[in-house]
Amino acid sequence: MTPGAPRPTPFPGDPPITPQLVREHSLTATEYERITALLGRAPTFAELGVFSALWSEHCSYKHSRPVLKTFPTTGPQVVQGPGENAGVLRLPDGWAVAFKIESHNHPSAVEPYQGAATGVGGILRDVFTMGARPVAVLNSLRFGRLDEARNRYLFAGVVKGVGDYGNCVGVPTLGGEVDFGPSYGGNPLVNAMCVGLLKEQDLIKAAAHGVGNVLLVVGSRTGRDGIHGASFASEELTKESERRRPQVQVGDPFTEKLLLEASLALIASGHIVAIQDMGAAGLTSSSAEMAARGGVGVEIDLSLVPTREPGMTPYEILLSESQERMLVVAPPDRVAQVQAIAEKWDLTATPIGRVTNDGMYRAKWKDQVVVEIPGQQLIDDCPVYYPEAQEDPAITELRGRAPHPASRISHPAELLLTLLDHPPIASKHWVYEQYDSTVQAGTVIGPGGDAGVIRIRDAAFGLAVTVDCNSRYVLLDPYEGGKAAVAEAARNIACTGARPLGITDCLNFGSPERPSVFYQFRESCRGIADACRALDTPVTGGNVSFYNESPTGAVDPAPVVGMVGLLSRADRAVPSHARAAGDIVFVLGETRAELGGSQLWEAVQGFVGGQPPRVDLAVERRLVDYLVAAAERGLLRSAHDCSQGGLGVTLAEVAMGGPYDETGFGLDIDLTTYGLRLAAVDLLFSESHGRAVVTCPSERTTAVAALAQELGVPAQRVGTVAERGGAVRVRLRDATVEHPVDRLRQVYFSSVSRRMGD
Amino acid sequence: MKRVAVIVFPGSNCDAETLAAARAAGSDAYFVWHRDTDLRQADVVILPGGFSYGDYLRSGAIARFSKVMGAVAEHARAGGAVLGICNGFQILCEAGLLPGGLMRNARLRFLSRPVWVRVEQTDTPFTCFYEPGEVLELPVAHGDGRYVVDPRTATELEATDRVVWRYVRDNPNGSTNEIAGVTNAGRNVVGIMPHPERRDAPALGGQDGARVFHSMEARHATQHVADVRAVDDRHLRV
Repeated sequence: MTPGAPRPTPFPGDPPITPQLVREHSLTATEYERITALLGRAPTFAELGVFSALWSEHCSYKHSRPVLKTFPTTGPQVVQGPGENAGVLRLPDGWAVAFKIESHNHPSAVEPYQGAATGVGGILRDVFTMGARPVAVLNSLRFGRLDEARNRYLFAGVVKGVGDYGNCVGVPTLGGEVDFGPSYGGNPLVNAMCVGLLKEQDLIKAAAHGVGNVLLVVGSRTGRDGIHGASFASEELTKESERRRPQVQVGDPFTEKLLLEASLALIASGHIVAIQDMGAAGLTSSSAEMAARGGVGVEIDLSLVPTREPGMTPYEILLSESQERMLVVAPPDRVAQVQAIAEKWDLTATPIGRVTNDGMYRAKWKDQVVVEIPGQQLIDDCPVYYPEAQEDPAITELRGRAPHPASRISHPAELLLTLLDHPPIASKHWVYEQYDSTVQAGTVIGPGGDAGVIRIRDAAFGLAVTVDCNSRYVLLDPYEGGKAAVAEAARNIACTGARPLGITDCLNFGSPERPSVFYQFRESCRGIADACRALDTPVTGGNVSFYNESPTGAVDPAPVVGMVGLLSRADRAVPSHARAAGDIVFVLGETRAELGGSQLWEAVQGFVGGQPPRVDLAVERRLVDYLVAAAERGLLRSAHDCSQGGLGVTLAEVAMGGPYDETGFGLDIDLTTYGLRLAAVDLLFSESHGRAVVTCPSERTTAVAALAQELGVPAQRVGTVAERGGAVRVRLRDATVEHPVDRLRQVYFSSVSRRMGD
Repeated sequence: MKRVAVIVFPGSNCDAETLAAARAAGSDAYFVWHRDTDLRQADVVILPGGFSYGDYLRSGAIARFSKVMGAVAEHARAGGAVLGICNGFQILCEAGLLPGGLMRNARLRFLSRPVWVRVEQTDTPFTCFYEPGEVLELPVAHGDGRYVVDPRTATELEATDRVVWRYVRDNPNGSTNEIAGVTNAGRNVVGIMPHPERRDAPALGGQDGARVFHSMEARHATQHVADVRAVDDRHLRV
């Protein structure tokens, strides 16, 4: 403490600190005791708010940290691992990619439009605060089933919110995933990922340093919106949550665009030493984290923070989550330059405090000290919990079950149509049509493919990006499900010809205080870690979202994996769909009878259960190596990952092409000699991992097969691409599936829009 | 080498790729900030896409009042070539430099997808390298892309060959007469809703848009000065 500095005192009007008030701040009695011990006194109301925010699960990772430490986070490609606003990986020619995924589940559950919009805004800021220009966004969305009106309302609102924000800022949406399941009805999942590009030498970190340097708030004024958002994100949704709507922040993408340009200009100018987004817990977390990272103290005069309305208290200013604000640290003699850059973009930059040498996190109102907490302890002394983990016996039982044999097994041709119409599988163009996917003129492969691909202007290489998770697998077998999320992401990246580089993860679960949920969390993280080691894709950061529960229970666990890959030549990107009649079709990998957790059982029999397919990481690694090598040699005309809906859906997708093509291609496929002798339903709809369908010009057939043999990938030639608008015909030993491709297209492309009333 | 001024409003977000497309066509392209009034001897002015000033009112409604627009109107009045793409097209309509206006898409949602447009006129500064009737694949990305004019003006636009591009295969946003782009009576000011700058390389799925920029580079930019009198005065209110 500065000698002679006054002790913090309550601000006029502050409520007295009572056990009830402590509980309302989501702090336990034990946590409160730790606070009083740390301070040597009772906290002020403002200090209670600061602890509530920084010791919330959202900011502190108090239940997840020990598990997260088991992730592999290093490698020659890693420039910045977990702990910063975004992870950074090395690219050729001095370039680097910054990327991060984050959840905005709770706000979206009560206010879908603003909740989703501000989720995009936050993740964009996490990336440009590193000095990277955002070049792609992706999203991973989960809702209840579309036959309920409220789910359609949430779905439409979230999609519009994501779209309106990203479209205005001008960052292309390159892909994503949308899934539907009953557990998400009360608690949708809204995860947004941003990918940014920078020169490695321009990387800037969010560590305050330089005693005497000035803290400035740049961007929007501070209002009363979003107060306690971080705590809200760390509790279960109840019927009362509707009352939280005023806590949902309101986004202004136009200001975000100005802030983006101003921030990049500030970083390039060399006038600032650090910059940090004001995200969850606003000014509190940004200033406290910056100070702790730099090992310094900070002192802020809250009366200097520009506000939207008069009469805001120190407590409100500290905890507001008003959007589109940045905290910047600059030497005193550069303040004028910083303000001039902000002014060019019609923004204000207001000095509100300074870096100190006493290590204290101190906030004042003019001369009155209202917060004074040892800064390092504020961040580091948050309790860490090691919750009990125990699998729910009901899940163990469910894993051992199979659906009742249907009284009348439909013909596989009918089953294929049912699957193509099933919303989790059907085309999501109703969604991505609302997202600008071509702005910045770099989009090589947009939404609807295995992974999005962009070219980099003035560079030969490209970037591939994807987000993946199959929550059914994670629910039924969290370890295999975690592995599967990484493996599928890697296959998607590799199908475009890109080499997987690293991941970010968004871990969406129920309450960690329930042993069954914590078991899912721990085991799926173990799966992710093992897969990341095997595929050489370190974890560079991410986000944990617990307490995704509604009165109907916890959500199905969704550890979403966002992955970035490097395509050595952007102009060699391999698309998903067949492109020329006469091309040869190969199936890579082996199909086993693995219908557990399958879309077939869900869509046809309404059953989610059984043992999900197991991931052999060595097989996945060889498949990835093969796809990358084949693309580099220019052998392939298309490559498509085989996942939900199995080989049947994959072949249909290869044939159907994109939503705006006039028609697709026919396929002439013979699986009578393919692989194990499986029944038609298993062969077509098993979701065995480690598979892909590729096409190549006939003159490359030998080379495609020879490379597969060399790299140890099972590859079987199964047929040819037929004429445009022709029939998709798959011969099996016990059945033949045949549909005109236009019939498949009609079903697949109308499913979601029909349910949304178009 | 033509001097091409790409105007940057706060909220413009297609400025960088538009500049790059012009440079790729060989132009000496540069940015002009919305607060500037000097176009720096521009031969061609391009208003790029985006959400100028956030477009929280009507798209382009605020941008028309920005300082730079006085200079743009003067340039247009003198017969200089002006191209508005997407939000730029909306601004040109709001500024009265082009007839009609862009309203909410018929389906009331933002729309991002490829569209197909037929080149109807090749005697503008931005289409002279195309063949009449050629069909181009270009992306659209807009919420307010439905081109609307009153019936009399629509008839006049058709009669005077001022519809430059027309949607074919389908009308994605409900535009009057499937109009995707128009020109003024002087044929020097052109607006287009799809984005030619996003289709100028094979890696981007095609280069149907590239010749918009090659056309302007090849064309003598001031050849329409003599036609200034033909400019409909109604369209010069700024």
